[in-house]
Amino acid sequence: MTKAAKEKLAFQLLTIASVMVLIPTVGIIVYIVIKGLPAINWSFLTEPPRNMMTEGGIYPAIMGTLYLVLGTIAIALPLGVGAAIYLNEYAGTSRMRRLVHLAIVNLAGVPSVVYGLFGLGFFVIVLGFGRSLIAGSLTLAIMILPVIITTTEEALKSVPNSYREASLALGATKWQTVRNAVLPSATPGIITGTILGIGRAAGETAPILFTVAAFYLPSIPKSIFDQAMALPYHLYILVTEVPNVPEETKFGTALVLLTLVVGLNLVAVLIRTRTRRRSY
Amino acid sequence: MSRADKIDVKNLSVYYGNDPAVKNISILIPEKKATALIGPSGCGKSTFLRTINRMNDLIPGARIEGNVLVDGQDIYDPKADVVEIRTRVGMVFQRPNPFPKSIFENVAYGPRRHGNNRKADLEEIVEKSLTEAALWGEVKDRLNDFALDLSGGQQQRLCIARALAIQPEVLLMDEPASALDPISTAKVEDLIDELKKDYTIVIVTHNMQQAARVSDKTAFFLSGELIEFDETSKIFTNPQDKRTEDYITGRFG
Ligand SMILES: Nc1ncnc2c1ncn2[C@@H]1O[C@H](COP(=O)(O)OP(=O)(O)O)[C@@H](O)[C@H]1O
Ligand SMILES: [Mg+2]
Repeated sequence: MTKAAKEKLAFQLLTIASVMVLIPTVGIIVYIVIKGLPAINWSFLTEPPRNMMTEGGIYPAIMGTLYLVLGTIAIALPLGVGAAIYLNEYAGTSRMRRLVHLAIVNLAGVPSVVYGLFGLGFFVIVLGFGRSLIAGSLTLAIMILPVIITTTEEALKSVPNSYREASLALGATKWQTVRNAVLPSATPGIITGTILGIGRAAGETAPILFTVAAFYLPSIPKSIFDQAMALPYHLYILVTEVPNVPEETKFGTALVLLTLVVGLNLVAVLIRTRTRRRSY
Repeated sequence: MSRADKIDVKNLSVYYGNDPAVKNISILIPEKKATALIGPSGCGKSTFLRTINRMNDLIPGARIEGNVLVDGQDIYDPKADVVEIRTRVGMVFQRPNPFPKSIFENVAYGPRRHGNNRKADLEEIVEKSLTEAALWGEVKDRLNDFALDLSGGQQQRLCIARALAIQPEVLLMDEPASALDPISTAKVEDLIDELKKDYTIVIVTHNMQQAARVSDKTAFFLSGELIEFDETSKIFTNPQDKRTEDYITGRFG
């Protein structure tokens, strides 16, 4: 084969590969949208399920997922960002740093159902939170901590050292330097990581299964110790546990969940590209 | 140490690993004069400079022996306050390193960290510092512009203004013009000439003409040792050490 022919073949194969990757992604989205769109209307989004979940909407599940996401950020963001700042700015090359790193890497590889089991054992039973928003949020927070810590660390690493030097040479303290010279440049990266983590938290079923999710609970939770419905789990039971649920209700629920997760990812992408242009 | 000496370095050695990068240096740096540090690259000029405001503290594994006294106070005394030292001894780096903020916020950065957040005060400080750094005229109508959009030479003068804004007594400059074009270099040199009336300046340069133009005293470093330290005119016309002579006549380095 000539060089030119090889070049052409390589190009074609690579094009095919990229198209093959695109097909399932676009396929899933198109499929869900087409099948789910007919279910979407105002009452579907604002009313609780009725009549053994065969009628009504998914409002409590949307709100439950929203609360869970908020609770998860409230816990995971300060913890994760704090840990990443400590690791990157304060820990130097200590043994502590290596240890925490090892923990994080391993944490990231744990299957989500294991988090669920841990959450059940520790938060629900040992700490006595019962199945509750707080138990679910804590479980999800632990699950997304690795994402937040690693992306925050990446963001901190990408801040040029010359900013730190300039700040310290002006008689700023370490914390002032982190706060005013490092974090502003790292914030977009941190936000991106957080959103990716949230997207994951919003979509997972296993971690909430034993820690918070209610099968049917038409009221919105009033306290962090209440149970809640949640979109992924609701979808799961619509498909597997409840008879006679219309197809469009299932796909409508999937569409809402998908929109939420994809939407969050898009926001992350947007923030990332926007900050390629600078901000000040 | 006479009253006219600002910095008194006694038997200073700096180690990164086992071998010293700076070997047993003693030197008296005069107040409100410009002192140039010259020597071939890798001879320890930057290392020495960074000990004077303890920036070497940031390098893992770096350690020093000996004493560095600023106004008679040992800055490596365990009780010494690093933040206070760096407030008195400012630094301008080799590459201009403004923050990705506005021109105004760059200059206001130091004062803000030291607790001055009053708008009127900051405006006054910013104007004064930029004027001192000979940049005011060029930027006074666009103080809110992004600092990194300035030219390299302007960025470096901005960094000088930023350092001046906290009213240091000493200004350390590590090859401040090495990344600049000739016109910007000339501006920075004029500026140093002006600044040494009010500040004690220690400037590293590998440009002999620059040392001759801006400094009152010159120290010649070689392989971590201080070979000769004298009036600049004397170093350049009548060096006492053969190695100094070889270096300034361009026979090596
Ligand atoms: N951060 C560092 N870690 C280890 N060695 C260093 C470091 N900085 C400088 N050195 C070494 O110390 C010596 C002096 O370097 P430097 O002070 O930068 O010299 P100069 O500024 O005169 O070019 C060189 O041998 C250099 O390799
Ligand atoms: Mg140097």
